[in-house]
Amino acid sequence: MQKKTFTIGIFAFMALIAGLAQADILSPYHISVLMFMGVNVILATSLNLVNGYMGEFSCGHGGFMCVGAYVSSVVTVLLFSKNQILGAPLLPASLAFLGFPLALLLGAAAASVAGLVVAIPSFKTRGDYLAIITLAANYIVISAINNMEIIGGPRGFMGMSATENGMKSVVDLPWMLIWVMLGTLFTVWLLRRFVTSTLGKGVPAICQDEIAAEIMSVDTNRIKLIAFMLSSGLAGLAGGLYAHVLGYVNPQSFDIMRSTEVMVMVYMGGMGSLSGATIAAVVYTVLMEALRFLDVWKWVVIPLLLILLMQFRPEGVMGNKELADLFPRLRKYYSFK
Amino acid sequence: MPLLEINALTRRFGGLIAVNDFNIELGDHELVALIGPNGAGKTTVFNLISGFYKPSEGYIRFNGQDTRGLRPHQVTALGVARTFQGIRLWSEMHVLDNIRIAQHYRMGYSLLDCFLRTKNYMQHEKAIDDIAWKLLDAMGLKDVAYELPRNLPYGVQRRVEIARAMSVKPKLLLLDEPAAGLNSADVEDLIKLVKWIHETFRVTIWMIEHQMKVVMTLCSRIKVIDFGATIADGTPEEIQKNHTVIKAYLGDDTI
Repeated sequence: MQKKTFTIGIFAFMALIAGLAQADILSPYHISVLMFMGVNVILATSLNLVNGYMGEFSCGHGGFMCVGAYVSSVVTVLLFSKNQILGAPLLPASLAFLGFPLALLLGAAAASVAGLVVAIPSFKTRGDYLAIITLAANYIVISAINNMEIIGGPRGFMGMSATENGMKSVVDLPWMLIWVMLGTLFTVWLLRRFVTSTLGKGVPAICQDEIAAEIMSVDTNRIKLIAFMLSSGLAGLAGGLYAHVLGYVNPQSFDIMRSTEVMVMVYMGGMGSLSGATIAAVVYTVLMEALRFLDVWKWVVIPLLLILLMQFRPEGVMGNKELADLFPRLRKYYSFK
Repeated sequence: MPLLEINALTRRFGGLIAVNDFNIELGDHELVALIGPNGAGKTTVFNLISGFYKPSEGYIRFNGQDTRGLRPHQVTALGVARTFQGIRLWSEMHVLDNIRIAQHYRMGYSLLDCFLRTKNYMQHEKAIDDIAWKLLDAMGLKDVAYELPRNLPYGVQRRVEIARAMSVKPKLLLLDEPAAGLNSADVEDLIKLVKWIHETFRVTIWMIEHQMKVVMTLCSRIKVIDFGATIADGTPEEIQKNHTVIKAYLGDDTI
C-alpha cells in the first residue's frame, strides 16, 4: 500500500486541481498558467532526452512542436468545427472525446516523422554540426507553414476551441486542463520507462562514448532514431495540447525563441534528470508569470539568471540526479519497474 | 574451419598504407600476441576486425562469415569483443550499468515491450541482470558494482573493461594493450586474469602488448608487424631470436 502512495498522490493531486478549476476557485488565469506549465514539462522532459541524456545540442524543438500543433489542429478542425475546406464538421461534437486524443496522437506521429530530418543526419553528424541541422529543421517547419495559405500561413490557424466545447457539451468539466495533465503524466511515465531500461541506457552510453557503445554491441543508429523520434514526437504532443489550450496557433509562436525557452528549462533543471527538467519547467513557468510586472525587462533578468546558473552550477539544479537519488527515503512511497 | 581468417588484408589512408597484406588464421582457444613498434598498424588491424574501418583489400572471415559490410555492433554480436588502448568505459554510469549495456546485442525486446513492461521485457532484463552479476562476481568486481568507473583505480578500471568485453560472451577477445599504464603488481594480476579467462571461458584471445613479460608468459604464438607488414610469426622463443624483429625494435647496428 505504501508503495502506491506516490501514484495515488499524483492522481489525487490531478483530481484536486480539476475540482478546484471546476468549482471556480482557480481563476481562468491560474488555470491557463497551469496548462502552460504542463506543456512546458512535456517540452522540457522530451528535449532532455536529446540534450541531456544523449548530449546533443538540439535547438529546433519548437519546430517539432509546431508540426504536432498544426497536424492535430487541422484534424480536430476538420472533424469538429465549421471550416472553409469541408464546410460542416464531419463528426458530431460529442465524439470529441475520441477524436481529440486521436488528433493528438496523429500530431505526435507526424512530429516524430519530422524528427527524421534530424535523426538521419545524426548517424554521421555530431555536436555543433548537428545543432546547425536542428536549427535548420526548425526554420524549414516554420517557413513551410508560413507558405501554406490553406492553413492560414503567417496569419495563423484557428477553430480548435470547438473541440473542447464539444466535450463540455457532454460533461461540463475543465477538459483541456485534464487533457494537459494526462499528457504530462503520460510523457514523464513514458520517458521514465525508456531511460531506466537497458535499451534506453544506450542513450547515455552514446553520450559518454559513442565508439565504445557501437563496439560493445549497441546499435547506435537505432538508439539515435528512437531518441530523436521519441523526443520530437512528444514535442508534437505538447504542440497539440498547446494549440487546443489557446484555440489559435501561428507559426511565429514556434520559432527559435520557443526552442531557446525549452533549452533554458533543460539546462536549468539538469542534463539527464527527468525530475530536474520537470521542476525546472514548473519553476520557469512560475518565474515568467511572477516577473510579468517587469514587462520586457524580464528578458534581461531571465537570461541573467541563466548566466549566474552556468557560472555557479553549470550542471543545472539537479545535475544528472533524480529526486529519489537525493532523497532515498522517497523510494518507500513508490514502486518502479 | 578457423575461428578467424584474415586474408591479404590491406588498409590505406590516402597515401599511407597502415596495414599491408596481413594474413592470419586463429583457431579455437588460442592465445596469440600481435606486437610491433609504435605506429606499426596494430590497432588498425583490430579496428578492421571490429568493423570500425572497412578493408581496402582482402577479407576477414569470422566463423566462416565475411564481416565486410557489417557494422561494428553486428560484428560484436557475432562474438568478437574488444577492449581499447586507453580505457573507454562509460564513466558517468556505474559498473553494473556498464556491464548491462554491453548486452544490447541480445536485448530481445522491442521499444513497445519497454514502454509496457511486458513479460518479455521482464524476462530479458532479468537475464541481463543475472549475467551481469554472475560476471561481476566471477571477476571479483561485485563490491564495486555501484561505483562510477572514474572513481576506481586504473587497474580495477581495466578489469571492468575486460569484464564488459566478456559480457558479450565472445568467442574471440581482442585486448589492445591491456597492461599499458599498470604498475607491476597490477600486471601480475592481469596475467592471472587473462590466463583465468582463457581457461574458464575457452575463448581465443588475441592481444596487442608492448610489455614482453606479459606476452612471453601468456602467448603461445606471436605475430610481429612493422609499417603495416608482417615481419615475423612464431613461438616466443623463435621471436626472441629473430633478427628482423630485433632490427625493427632497436634499429640497425651498423651506424
